[in-house]
Amino acid sequence: MAARTLYDKLWDAHVVRTEPDGTTLLYIDRHLVHEVTSPQAFEGLRLAGRTPWRTSSILAVPDHNVPTTAREQGIADPVSRIQVETLDQNCVDFGITEFGMNDLRQGIVHVIGPEQGATLPGMTVVCGDSHTSTHGAFGALAFGIGTSEVEHVLATQCLIQNKSKNMLVSVEGELAPGVTAKDIVLAVIGRIGTAGGTGYAIEFAGSAIRALSMEGRMTICNMAIEAGARAGMVAVDETTVEYVAGRPYAPRDDDWDQAVAAWFDLHSDAGALFDTVVELDAAAIRPQVTWGTSPEMVVAVDGRVPDPDQEADPVRAEGMRKALAYMGLAAGTPIRDIRPDHVFIGSCTNSRIEDLRAAAAVVKGRKVAPNIQQALVVPGSGLVKQQAEQEGLDRIFLEAGFEWRAPGCSMCLAMNADRLQPGERCASTSNRNFEGRQGQGGRTHLVSPAMAAAAAVAGHFVDVRELGEG
Amino acid sequence: MEKFTVFTSKVVPLDRPNVDTDAIIPKQFLKSIRRTGFGPNLFDEWRYLDHGEPGQDCSARPLNPDFVLNQPRYAGARILLGRENFGCGSSREHAVWALTDYGFRVVIAPSFADIFRSNAFKSGLLPIQLEAAVVERLFQAAQAEGFTLTVDLGQQLLTSSSGEAIPFEVDAFRRHCLLEGLDDIGLTLQQADDIRAYEQRRRVEAPWLF
Repeated sequence: MAARTLYDKLWDAHVVRTEPDGTTLLYIDRHLVHEVTSPQAFEGLRLAGRTPWRTSSILAVPDHNVPTTAREQGIADPVSRIQVETLDQNCVDFGITEFGMNDLRQGIVHVIGPEQGATLPGMTVVCGDSHTSTHGAFGALAFGIGTSEVEHVLATQCLIQNKSKNMLVSVEGELAPGVTAKDIVLAVIGRIGTAGGTGYAIEFAGSAIRALSMEGRMTICNMAIEAGARAGMVAVDETTVEYVAGRPYAPRDDDWDQAVAAWFDLHSDAGALFDTVVELDAAAIRPQVTWGTSPEMVVAVDGRVPDPDQEADPVRAEGMRKALAYMGLAAGTPIRDIRPDHVFIGSCTNSRIEDLRAAAAVVKGRKVAPNIQQALVVPGSGLVKQQAEQEGLDRIFLEAGFEWRAPGCSMCLAMNADRLQPGERCASTSNRNFEGRQGQGGRTHLVSPAMAAAAAVAGHFVDVRELGEG
Repeated sequence: MEKFTVFTSKVVPLDRPNVDTDAIIPKQFLKSIRRTGFGPNLFDEWRYLDHGEPGQDCSARPLNPDFVLNQPRYAGARILLGRENFGCGSSREHAVWALTDYGFRVVIAPSFADIFRSNAFKSGLLPIQLEAAVVERLFQAAQAEGFTLTVDLGQQLLTSSSGEAIPFEVDAFRRHCLLEGLDDIGLTLQQADDIRAYEQRRRVEAPWLF
């Protein structure tokens, strides 16, 4: 057989049938469900008199709307409450496993899937959420879908798809201390642009990617969609297998041995052909900060806000001008002179235990700067929160002046009460700096957890490496 | 789904790249558990001068006169003209539902985000991808009072009121579904035997997946 990429292998293994024009019926192994993009899909099933094809493939959790404070009192916003209750009811009606809002295992859908071992190497994983690309970190084919497709997977366990092209993003070398997975992926997006990966599945490879923990790989694959690629992925290695071992949904005994043997084939063959190859030197990547309203609008922390007058493409220059006006920034401003009002550490990109440890290491022994009105830490799941508390990270954050919240999507997209007011500026570990994303008129700067923590204690953006030990 | 028929319409030029789905329908409106009623909140933050919340009477809200959708000359338009990477970001199909609920049946752009494109086809909105130079020409033409395009999906052809014919490409299966107004779940369920055969094979090869 010809040399195949990881994506080719995952695709081939899930083809139910292919039409002569290439349209393919693709089988889905794992379907993750949350409250925002599923109600209309369940309603569609009911109206057509259909039932889910295989309920054991589905795991549901409310995350977008849930409050991060006083949760035992329920959800104050009646519209949010109805949406969460609708998910609860749909799961009861159709016999679907759900981790309810007050379950210790509840959390952001893209944190709990891997945490539970519900995401496994070699799977196809879908969810009505674009950041489903996260799960590709396990050598899985994982991508976000719309609500009509959610209904389609519920009813048929399949999706009608056309195969994407293959892109390899290779990051070789060693990262400088203080530079993280988030900085790698922001640098990649800065290089190829937010549409650079459109039509592709991206495999992230190279020694710098192999050196990352699973948390770091998830951060990178999470933001593949911010580069336009529906799916991002990383080959399976020992790090992957060690992470999965012993998790509640992971295979056991004979199944485990058989699975691990199969998983070690989940890498691109030598000589496999990619349609596009992008190469980055890990050692050259510096901590990244976005300045605009698209993740591709990013520079290193020692850089300056760019000048639209220097941009040759008139459409891009106009986009930059609109972004600067929205962000309240002048061209040429040093990134270090930008002073956030809020700091948000959380989201499906950066709310796992390693992210919280990295932020706590910077915060330890320091105080949140007086100009920061609010600094939030929102762990990705109840289990991450529990683990962090066992390690004493909550005390470090609280003593520094951070708020320590209950898990959920929170201020990444501000569907619950956690949001910016117009004009407020936020150093955020999330994934999107779009207009209004964190609250109407809110201004978002995307950074790594360590850089967000550094901004919190310094009161402005600063290279975390200059802060030294706390 | 309603069958997609030939129609003629004005064209609204929305001149910004990377229009994301957060901009098309802001998050506070995603709390609805229905598929309809999103039209009044399409482009909410650009379209109105106040802050939008679910359940408001949008007809009483102050409009932003500078936003293109609010210009009377484009009233009733069913074709939206956009720039690169239209529909990027969140997978929310609510963005497509907001566009169709408002009355749009076609979006023309030089490129679309992948998830938005598939959501659009599923909900009866035709995404037409044209070369950047052609899109640029349409942006110029759409400034003229009375400019219209006729969309013929069957012929894969746009015809302008000035007589220009612009062919476009579209996936054959998606075109068929739109023209016939087909429910593709029903089509897939016709392959149920194939799906079961696949599952049987996989249960042997990879039993840990079941």
